[in-house]
Amino acid sequence: MPDEKHEIQPEPNGVFDRRKFFVKLGLGSLSIAAAGTAVFAYQFLSPNVLYEPSPVVNAGKPESYPLDSVTLDVNSGIYLIRAKEGFFSLGAVCTHLGCLTTWKPELGIIACPCHGSKFQRNGEKIEGPAPKPLPWLRTWLSDDGDLMVDRSTTIRPMEFLRV
Amino acid sequence: MANSINQYFGQLRDTRVWRSVFRGGTGSSTLRRSLAIQQNVFLHLFSTKVRTRMLSFSATWYLGTLTLGTFLILVITGILLMLYYHPSVPQAYADTKDLQFVVSSGLFLRNLHRWSAHAMVFLVFAHMFKVFYRGAYRPPREFNWVIGIVLLLITLLLSYTGYLLPWDQLAYWAITVGSNIASAVPVFGGKIHFMLLGGNLVNANALLRFYVLHCMILPLSAIFFIAIHFWRIRKDGGLYAHQSEPATLKRLAAARGEQ
Repeated sequence: MPDEKHEIQPEPNGVFDRRKFFVKLGLGSLSIAAAGTAVFAYQFLSPNVLYEPSPVVNAGKPESYPLDSVTLDVNSGIYLIRAKEGFFSLGAVCTHLGCLTTWKPELGIIACPCHGSKFQRNGEKIEGPAPKPLPWLRTWLSDDGDLMVDRSTTIRPMEFLRV
Repeated sequence: MANSINQYFGQLRDTRVWRSVFRGGTGSSTLRRSLAIQQNVFLHLFSTKVRTRMLSFSATWYLGTLTLGTFLILVITGILLMLYYHPSVPQAYADTKDLQFVVSSGLFLRNLHRWSAHAMVFLVFAHMFKVFYRGAYRPPREFNWVIGIVLLLITLLLSYTGYLLPWDQLAYWAITVGSNIASAVPVFGGKIHFMLLGGNLVNANALLRFYVLHCMILPLSAIFFIAIHFWRIRKDGGLYAHQSEPATLKRLAAARGEQ
C-alpha cells in the first residue's frame, strides 16, 4: 500500500514532496482562474457604452423665462430659475432616493412627493430625509443665445448667470 | 369493479416499460413503499416515513406547502406571461396593457401571478413566524432556518424585480428609490447601483437586467434552495411537531389510557 509506506517514511520537515507540490500548483491555478473570472464578470456586467440622454440640456431662450419664475423640465429633471440676481439651474432629482421633486408656487418651496423632503428655491434643504441640498448645475449661454445646462457638472451655490 | 381496476393496475406495474421507469417493484410491503419514495427523483427529497401527528394541520398549518403551491402557480403563470411580454422600453407597458385587455385569459393570468406573489410573500413570513414561535429552528434544524432566510431574501428580490416589469410610473419610481437605497452601501454603493441598473438611470438596460433576474436567475436559485430546504427536512428528522400540539396530546392521552 503506497499510503502506508508514505506514513512509515515521513518526509523531513520543510521538504516539499511531489503530492504537496501538485496540490499547491492546482490550488494556485484555481485561485488565479477564480480571480480572473471575478474580474471578467465585473467588466462584463459594467456596460462600456451607455445609450443614455446627454447630460447637456438646451433650455431655450432666456427671454422665455419671466422674472422670479421657477420652471421644471420633467424630461431632463432640472429647474431653470430666473431670480433678480440672474439665472441658475438646480438638479430636480431629490438627494434622498432619487425621486423627481416639484415646485410648489403657493408655498414658494420645492417639495419631494416620495418622502417629504423640502427645499428652498435656491436648493437649500428646509427639512426632510434628504441629506444634501439640491445641486446647482453649470449654466451658460450658447453662441446662439440659448441657455445651456450641464447636468453632470455641479457648481458652488449662488453663482448666478447674468444675461 | 374495484377489483378489476386493481388487477389492471397490477398488470400495468408488471409490464416491462413500467418496471424500467419505476424500478422499486410491485407490492405494498413497507420495503416496496419505501423504495417507491427513495427511487423517485422528486420524492427522494422527502422522508419515506412520516408520523401522522406531523401531518396534522395544527403542527405546521401547511404554511411551507402552501408557499410551494404559490411558487408553482407563479412559475406556471409567469412562463405564460413571458409569451406576450417584451422586456423593452417601447413595448413593456403596452404589452402589460395588452395582457389585461386584449389577450384571452391574460387578465386572469396576470392577476393570478400578482395575487400569488402577494400571497407567497405573506406565506413565507407566516411560515417563518410559525417556525420561530414553535421553536422549530432549534438544533438539529438550525441550518434549514438559514436556508429559509436565503429563500426569504430570494422571494423579496423576486417581488422587487417583478415590480419593474410593467414599466409604469409606480414601477419606475419604486426601482429608482430601491436602487438608490443600494447605493447607500459604503465604498461600493455607486458600483452596485451602476451594475444593478446597467447604467446610471432606470432605463432599457435596467429593464432587461431585472427581467433576466426575475425570469431566470432568481427562480433557478429559488428552485435550488427549495430542493435543499426539503431535503434537509428529511435529514434533520422530519417535520417538527411541538409537544403541546393537540394531536400529540391526544396520542399521549390515548397511550396513558392503554397503560
